[in-house]
Amino acid sequence: MVTRGFFSGRRPPSDTDSRIPPGQYLEQGFPVLSAGPTPRVRTEDWSFTLKQGPKPLKKWNWAEFNALPQSKMTRDIHCVTAWTKFNTPWQGVLIDDILADAGIEPPTAYTLALSFDGYSTNVPTKDLVTGKAMVALLYEGKPIPPDHGGPARLLVPHLYFWKSAKWVNGLQFTDRDEPGFWELRGYHMYGDPWREQRYSSDP
Amino acid sequence: MSAEPSPQSPWQAATISRIEKRTPRVTSFWFQPSRPFAHLAGQHVDIRLTAPDGYQARRSYSIASAPETGGAVELAIERLDDGEVSPFFHDVAAVGDEIELRGPLGGHFIWEEGDGGPILLVGGGSGVVPLMAMVRHRTLRNTAVPVALVFSARVWDEVIFRDELIGLDDRRDGFDLVLTLTREPARRPSDYSRRVDARMMAQAVERLPKAPRLAYVCGSNAFVSAAADALIGAGVPAGMIRTERYGV
Repeated sequence: MVTRGFFSGRRPPSDTDSRIPPGQYLEQGFPVLSAGPTPRVRTEDWSFTLKQGPKPLKKWNWAEFNALPQSKMTRDIHCVTAWTKFNTPWQGVLIDDILADAGIEPPTAYTLALSFDGYSTNVPTKDLVTGKAMVALLYEGKPIPPDHGGPARLLVPHLYFWKSAKWVNGLQFTDRDEPGFWELRGYHMYGDPWREQRYSSDP
Repeated sequence: MSAEPSPQSPWQAATISRIEKRTPRVTSFWFQPSRPFAHLAGQHVDIRLTAPDGYQARRSYSIASAPETGGAVELAIERLDDGEVSPFFHDVAAVGDEIELRGPLGGHFIWEEGDGGPILLVGGGSGVVPLMAMVRHRTLRNTAVPVALVFSARVWDEVIFRDELIGLDDRRDGFDLVLTLTREPARRPSDYSRRVDARMMAQAVERLPKAPRLAYVCGSNAFVSAAADALIGAGVPAGMIRTERYGV
């Protein structure tokens, strides 16, 4: 449906058009969105736990986690509130390297990412491995600011950014695809920006 | 011939039925959906504009009207000079125009009478819009749930819904309005003239008959960060604070 009188708009430059998913616009800044206050997690209080259901598989403190092999990823990110930001540079530990350090293969097909503030979000395990995702520790070469999820946030850049849980403190492998915080509140179980899977009623 | 019912598009046409300037930068638009829906106080809708060449821009706007009002939903849209959607509404949109709308959306930043109280609402600028839906919901439900609204605006003339809010405050029926102006002196005895801080939040909590069950904070990211920290500083547990932010 063409909107009467709407001609302008921020059309992206044609050379970047193919990088902007449907319904998104290009943002130069880095907006902050969250469901509650920003937790200030001190690195001395920080830990990261791999779990299968309720059972802990392995736990790392900040120093142990930072000693794991680190990788860099520069990716475009897409927020469900319709902004897309190009070329965000992150450094952290690939989920593959976390699993390798724990000496395990992914035990189930689904995962819940868990956060210090009680937030959670579900991601199929296959979307976390083979270099697709990391627990990021640095943004633009510096510690991630608390507003953006520091000390550590999940980074799953090929899904809408609410899947990249801020203040992440663990991954829990689950037998079924269990909805997380936003998924229980009307957002899509998978969240592929290229298929515009914003809300639960989207195909 | 029988056919499977085709899945209905989540988007629908809504007709602008009324436009009313609220402040120099904020105008309310009422949208009459072709498929009317029931919403909860605090929810938002997505709006989608389509140019002749197919280019689309979409934004989320909070609903200002109470669920009880029914019919057209009110969105109070702030003009952002460098925006691409809000200038269209302020400069081009007219009564009778059809706009694509999707919703209602959002399942976290909502309050229903049955959720109980007391409730502390903290809004900055156009962040008051979803809080206004909660205040109106409370009024139209005729409930005694205590609600305090701390509303920060730059100046008196930018206090959105000002006359309506002061009118509700004057009823002294458990709704308490605190205005804080960041660039002008306070006009009313209960008001402030500074940015929100922990002392102001502690005093707002004291206006309620007992500690708030939930606090809702909405505004720019900078405002919400400051207000949420101020609430925590005033002793409100982080787990009771719900936030909604916009902007960079």
